[in-house]
Amino acid sequence: MRQRLWTLQSRCAPYLFIAPFVALFCTFMLYPLGRSVVMSLYTWSGPRSRRFLGLGHYRYFLHDPVFGIAVLNTVIYTIGYLSLQIPCSLGLALLLNGRRVRFRNLFRFVFFSSHLVGNVFVALIFMLLLAQRYGIIPRLLGAIYSPWQEIDWLGDPVYARLSIILASLWLTVGWGMIFFLAALQGVDRELYEAAEVDGAGHWGRFWNVTLPGIRPVLIFLILTGTIGAFQLFELPYIIFQGPGPRWAGLTIVMYLFQQGFEVGDIGAACAIGWLLVLMIFGLALVQIRLSGAAREEAA
Amino acid sequence: MTTPAVPRRRVAAVAISVLVHAALLAVGVLTFIPFVWLVCASFKTKEDFFTRVFLPWDHLSSLTLANYRTLFAQEPFALWMINSLFLSATHTAIVVTLSSLGGFALAKYRFAGKRPLMLVMLATMLVPGQVLLMPNYELMYQFGWLDSYLAIIVPAAVSVFGMFLFRQAMQGVPDELLQAGRVDGCSEIRLWWEIALPIVRPMIGAFTLLSFMGTWNSFLWPQIVLQSRSHYTLPIGLWNMLGLPEYQSQYGILMAGTLLGIIPVVILFFVLQRDFIAGLTSGAVKG
Repeated sequence: MRQRLWTLQSRCAPYLFIAPFVALFCTFMLYPLGRSVVMSLYTWSGPRSRRFLGLGHYRYFLHDPVFGIAVLNTVIYTIGYLSLQIPCSLGLALLLNGRRVRFRNLFRFVFFSSHLVGNVFVALIFMLLLAQRYGIIPRLLGAIYSPWQEIDWLGDPVYARLSIILASLWLTVGWGMIFFLAALQGVDRELYEAAEVDGAGHWGRFWNVTLPGIRPVLIFLILTGTIGAFQLFELPYIIFQGPGPRWAGLTIVMYLFQQGFEVGDIGAACAIGWLLVLMIFGLALVQIRLSGAAREEAA
Repeated sequence: MTTPAVPRRRVAAVAISVLVHAALLAVGVLTFIPFVWLVCASFKTKEDFFTRVFLPWDHLSSLTLANYRTLFAQEPFALWMINSLFLSATHTAIVVTLSSLGGFALAKYRFAGKRPLMLVMLATMLVPGQVLLMPNYELMYQFGWLDSYLAIIVPAAVSVFGMFLFRQAMQGVPDELLQAGRVDGCSEIRLWWEIALPIVRPMIGAFTLLSFMGTWNSFLWPQIVLQSRSHYTLPIGLWNMLGLPEYQSQYGILMAGTLLGIIPVVILFFVLQRDFIAGLTSGAVKG
């Protein structure tokens, strides 16, 4: 009897371990995913009045100029942000990884510290740091060249986009650096020595030893960075308390939020959500393809 | 001819080292300025906020705790902090338990349906959470969970990311150790608790911090489901104050609230920092 109980517990164990997760996963992820597809086929004009629309929302948004602006803003932000964040993070990690660097842990903590601050708080801080004239950033710039103090960071569409990128960089450069640093420390020292023997300079060593060594992390950061950037919402929503100057701060998720909770058309919000999913899937696929191609080329 | 070459190389090395440290210091100062500014701003009067960059050096006596006093006297700010702490701690405890248990099953057992389950989980990793916003809101309405803490804790207990993190960490637990435990009469749940969990401690540290930060800092979902002022979390309360007319350009008060919104996470980071970096990077570096 004891024996049978014993085998029973060892046989059931994995199912019991995974059961709570699976139950929640089905209720709050799989079911809502399916439900969201169904919802996107209807249109709501009030909480209780819905009408079947088929693919109408999707057709509408593909020609909707406002959605176009939201996508454009998101794409500009993603490109601008990633093309600064990745080199900054990598550069800092390379500096920190030098053999003679003192206080490495202290620097690492300082660079990482800003990542602990939540989006809401970063947005509030940068809203005031960038405020025209009295904000500290316009003041510092004004000390260099006085007309710069008058730059309207939050009111001019171009600077407004730059503001969001700046806030994001403060939030995430240290995060990227932690990963790059760990990757750099994992690169085999002997490879560097071998490259040196072969007469490779600094650049050659970086290109042929460092970069291939940190490739997995590089791909990971670009992929997760893109996915995260496409979901930008809190920073512009709080900094501009709306879509920003001439809609420069309107992002895809902000548009989704407005459609769902301000206009009240749940179906439209779901359709935007699925368009976002398609974009992210497409981008992820392209990036994985590209990195696969690069791997074959290197081999 | 070779003798002067050595000191020259050494001079170059020292110069590079100085440059590297100068660059690191510059970036470090740049990163830290917003924090310093924030602390200063939270103690300044409204007038000084607009006229002084950091502190009013010539009349330091005008520094004040009034911003904090307003926060706690005029607004239920203490309550918001307690709400945030409670929700973040509860969420973290649940999600770490479920993910480590599930990750253990995925890493160390064979069971029916494991492969399809993992494929479905992997596919959902790329799906942005905002697609679930509307249907989950509807679910909360149907469950009667709107404005309740259950709406914050229960749906967020699912973490596919956490499952994979722990699966990866648990793969490092030696099978012989588990087998030895079984021979000694350990039940499967005790194997998880007494053998596997201590080995994956760095991952627990990393995931604890990430989960806590996730709930503590989260905005969109609580903003939608929490309705009564007494149920707000700290970020929602602060955001709400931003829109109130009595706090127009009362930025010192908002910054005091912001500072209080950052400190708990920083404390937790200091407690967990050793485990955090080790656990966080262990998976990604291997690829």
